[in-house]
Amino acid sequence: MKTVEEIKAAIEAAVPGAGLEIVPNPSPSAQHSLLLRPESAIAVATFLRDDGELALDFLSNVTGVDWLDKEIAEKVKVTRQVSRPVEGGEPGQVQMVEETVEETRKHVQSGYLEVVYHLFSMAKKHGPVVLRMRTENRTDRVELPSFTPVWRSAEFQEREIFDLFGVVFKGHPDLRRLLMWDEFKDHPMRRDYVDPDDFEYEPTAHDEVLKRAQEHNEKQGLGT
Amino acid sequence: MGAGIKTEKLEGWNRPPVIETDGESELLELAMGPHHPSTHGVFRMDLALDGERVVKLKPVFGYLHRNHEKLGEGQSYLASMPYTDRLDYICPLTNNWAYALAVEKLVGQAVPERAEYLRVILAELTRVQNHASAIGFLLQEMGASGTPLMYAFREREKILDLFEALTGSRMMCNYMRFGGCRVDATDTWLNATRKVVAALPAFVDEFEAFLQTNEILMARTQGTGILRPELAVNAGVTGPMLRASGVDYDIRKVDHYGIYDRFKFRVPLGDHGDIYDRYMIRMLEIRESLGILEQALKEIPGGPVMDPKAKIRGFRPKAGEAYGRIEAPKGELGFYLISDGSPNPYRYRVRPPSLINLTVLEDMALGANVADVVLIFGSVDIVLGEVDR
Repeated sequence: MKTVEEIKAAIEAAVPGAGLEIVPNPSPSAQHSLLLRPESAIAVATFLRDDGELALDFLSNVTGVDWLDKEIAEKVKVTRQVSRPVEGGEPGQVQMVEETVEETRKHVQSGYLEVVYHLFSMAKKHGPVVLRMRTENRTDRVELPSFTPVWRSAEFQEREIFDLFGVVFKGHPDLRRLLMWDEFKDHPMRRDYVDPDDFEYEPTAHDEVLKRAQEHNEKQGLGT
Repeated sequence: MGAGIKTEKLEGWNRPPVIETDGESELLELAMGPHHPSTHGVFRMDLALDGERVVKLKPVFGYLHRNHEKLGEGQSYLASMPYTDRLDYICPLTNNWAYALAVEKLVGQAVPERAEYLRVILAELTRVQNHASAIGFLLQEMGASGTPLMYAFREREKILDLFEALTGSRMMCNYMRFGGCRVDATDTWLNATRKVVAALPAFVDEFEAFLQTNEILMARTQGTGILRPELAVNAGVTGPMLRASGVDYDIRKVDHYGIYDRFKFRVPLGDHGDIYDRYMIRMLEIRESLGILEQALKEIPGGPVMDPKAKIRGFRPKAGEAYGRIEAPKGELGFYLISDGSPNPYRYRVRPPSLINLTVLEDMALGANVADVVLIFGSVDIVLGEVDR
């Protein structure tokens, strides 16, 4: 079995401009993964399946992961010009002094949806090779190429991710919801999913349910 | 490809041609399920029929969906263990093992010898009772009402009694832990298991004598529901179904997880990939499992069943991820976990063999009669608790 670095080199030799990145995995399992670019993903997948040495003919597992927007706080040293009164000078006389201050800057790293693929080889009996792909954001640019034309085993699993996470797989022959019903609007596996307020509370609610029942009844105009 | 398989290139969307109608007859749409006795639970197949022949089959899932994976994200690692029992509720112990294996990979946890042996013994007992019931259900769907299924259940009951004696529950065992097993097996239990295992070959002989050359079984199953090995591999089919199509791939032999490299056993392979081969493979796998059980029960050493260094309270794996898989009776059961350093997994994914094996249901059923669809579906061997999660 080749290491991730060797697989990356083999892919880049076969698919020019594949633009892969190794995502290290610090856990003892040491299953490092390769981050694909959506543009070249199909070419890479076809190569991995058909290459004689790798022969990754078995796509075992397809997983969706939701990564929320992350606020990252950084401490930065900033030097700026500050006006100070001149010591011993006339009142009102100022001079510019350089001062170094430590500031905390916050910036938001935008979230994305990630799809993780676990590949094995039935011919060579090795694996897993882990691939990942990421969408641009979590709202409107959620398209990724479908691997179903390369490996049929992705058919239901990609439908499940479309259903529960809202990743749209371009090129999937039958992209419908798999587990939720067609009229369902949201994607329940997203981290920021909120349960719909459609639960009917019994009239004798008590303890921690009481507050939720009161809020629900007020919203529905049922009185408290 | 494995031994004996043509390395024919797969051109993407790889399915047999849909049979065209002659234009005169009308197609009949039929919803089989969700409350059909042959669907092993609540599962629906939307069929389009030309007379008796199936020209389209679309499975509809989700009737038993309770978002098992979301539940796993909301609670600690250990708290998910009893939930895994409810995936494939015929084989709770293999589910336990797959989850424990994935978490052990995530944190680099070792398992003591005796616990490894107990895991093998319980997994193989699970395989025996699963395959026996699967054959029983298949015969039930063929019209042999009750009798073969009850023969299988008679033996299953003995195995479930053993589970109950060891774990406290027949089906919701919740037995394995990260780094071992919950309780030790007593010598009395081991002797009782030896007795049950010693009596099982007689049951297999009897079962086989009734079924193997049964005229109705052969007429109904031979040449029906054929699955080509190339398609099976490409569609990610695993377990007895894959091996019935002639692909030599058994995760016990490939990964050698646990201590499977110590046991001598063979991997039976089918020749035609039809329903009869799937029935036959299950029969042969029961025999191989009994061989493993005999060896394991002979060699089981003493010692602890739980790694004393295993962390139980305040269990927080370092950030990282792991995919662990085992050869469950129905195919490759895998768990994929992503940890962000908190007590709950950031992502908890189950790779359900039952769901993925159904990918090829339409391919196998196209052109068959409606009555054969029931058999084809039965030969896949699914449990809806795992399909819908």
